Amino acid sequence: MDILVCVKRVPDTAENEIEIKGDGTDIERDDLVYSVNEWDNYATEEAIQIRDDKGGTVTVVTVGDEEAEEVLRRQMAMGADNGILLSDDAFEDTDGRGIASILKAEVEKGKYDLILTGAQADDGAAQVGGMLAAMLDLPYAALVNKIEVIDDKKIKVGREIEGGNQELNEIELPCVLSIQTGINEPRYVGIRGIRKVASVEIPTHGTGDLGLDAGSVGASAAKVKRVDYFTPEMGAGAEMLEGSMDEMVEKLIDMLKAKGGLK
Amino acid sequence: MTQLFAYIAHRNGVVEDTAAELAVAARTIDASAEITAVVVGTGSDLDGACQGAAKLYKEVWKFDVPDLAYPNAEMIRTLLVNVLPADAMVLMAHDTFGMDLGPGLSIKLDSAYVADVVGIDGMDGATMKLVRQEFAGMAHTHMTCDTSAGAVISLRPGTFQPGEDADAGGAVTDKSGEAGDVGVKRRFLEVVEAEAGDVDITKADVLVSVGRGIEDQDNIEIAEELAEAMGAVVSCSRPIVDAKWLEKSRQVGTSGKTVKPKVYLALGISGSFQHLGGIKGSPFMVAVNKNPKAPIFQVADVGIEADILEFMPELTEKLKG
Repeated sequence: MDILVCVKRVPDTAENEIEIKGDGTDIERDDLVYSVNEWDNYATEEAIQIRDDKGGTVTVVTVGDEEAEEVLRRQMAMGADNGILLSDDAFEDTDGRGIASILKAEVEKGKYDLILTGAQADDGAAQVGGMLAAMLDLPYAALVNKIEVIDDKKIKVGREIEGGNQELNEIELPCVLSIQTGINEPRYVGIRGIRKVASVEIPTHGTGDLGLDAGSVGASAAKVKRVDYFTPEMGAGAEMLEGSMDEMVEKLIDMLKAKGGLK
Repeated sequence: MTQLFAYIAHRNGVVEDTAAELAVAARTIDASAEITAVVVGTGSDLDGACQGAAKLYKEVWKFDVPDLAYPNAEMIRTLLVNVLPADAMVLMAHDTFGMDLGPGLSIKLDSAYVADVVGIDGMDGATMKLVRQEFAGMAHTHMTCDTSAGAVISLRPGTFQPGEDADAGGAVTDKSGEAGDVGVKRRFLEVVEAEAGDVDITKADVLVSVGRGIEDQDNIEIAEELAEAMGAVVSCSRPIVDAKWLEKSRQVGTSGKTVKPKVYLALGISGSFQHLGGIKGSPFMVAVNKNPKAPIFQVADVGIEADILEFMPELTEKLKG
């Protein structure tokens, strides 16, 4: 089975406090730690496991600038066979639909049985996978937390739904799936693994290679635009306890007693 | 103004809470708009859902499709493309169904898509002004959406709270004949119910709930010791279950359990809306987090800015006193 995994380089919310720039045009990016989007990492792991079980290839692709190459290399260090960087100045400020159209152009250059994306990203809208599928006229399922290959024509997928329940579907190949966290346990990638793939060539495709009209992507084509980042006026929020840890814990115990939180 | 539609999610013949929320949101787009509720399903469950929708919307379109006893998003997308005008403005909930349906629907209707909206600031011509969040609620964004060729807008559940509105006394129109062919390449098989765990966190009065801030599997023990000292039960947020440090049955949130404790300790939990969506009954909430900007501090009653790995043993110690 030949599998394409669409990944994205994002600020790691577990590692960063997100601050908004004074003029609201962006978040402060200077000191941010970036990593591969968490959901995409589960998608890559799932693709590798399917390939190891059934044969085939895993290709990882991303839309981004040259720094995005590092996430491709990281996924290749996990075990992906190939990486493709989709990069062009014309791609700047492309909306989700534009990203899906760029990926569609790359998908049509190859032949894939299965296309995986992460279910969402911290700076995204959980939209690219479903859009890509619809553009390609392929069946789609979102929030997939189980994949069972039946044969080379169809697979069984579990979708995570409310209440911890799981919706099972049979879906024809080729198809597009968005992968939910928890579907597997992504393998650890060490520095050594990344060094091993440091010199592997990663092709870069731009509008020309993809046969895309520069006017169909980028800010001018975007129907949905971010105007600014802002901090909303919030209510009072929590009563923040002050003092030493000792004092704060003492205060809290009094409060918990009053609220029936201690037996 | 393009025509407004609300896709109504329902279960066991009852509309979901989001049905009323979509009506509230639609009125923020256009206070005078006539909004059409679209209800898809089959049999008596569908009739019940249509009656519920008619209390909220003046116009209800009913589609009885036997294959859609369970809402297969791929089929429903095809149905909606068959029956909606191409420039329709479609509202839906950003739940696990909406996430499955919305993006592809926007492509097939060739319209704009804005997901997980938490605020609508009205229209400026054909441009809708909206509010979203990024980075797990740590940043808000103002957005614009060109709706001139239609739009699909998904709304965060629980955000647009309905008031005490009068019964809309809506009329249900059976449009089943227009549904068209909805055969697709994805077939619904069954729903596998969540497994019951060793402890039922939904019955607990006091929950000691841990998130990413616990840092390591070995530290779960520290939370268990605290829970024991308090007479509480340990629950957790999603990342802890993804890491397989605790069982799925311990997870609080929309994709886990809905809990109604009297007291809720959110320890090292940032407070995503999916997590908060699983906490009902307005418990006394204490948040402990080393990130002072964590969204959990906006909803908690009491907050402590601290590393939970220092806080938990201190509290346990004092309680054992």
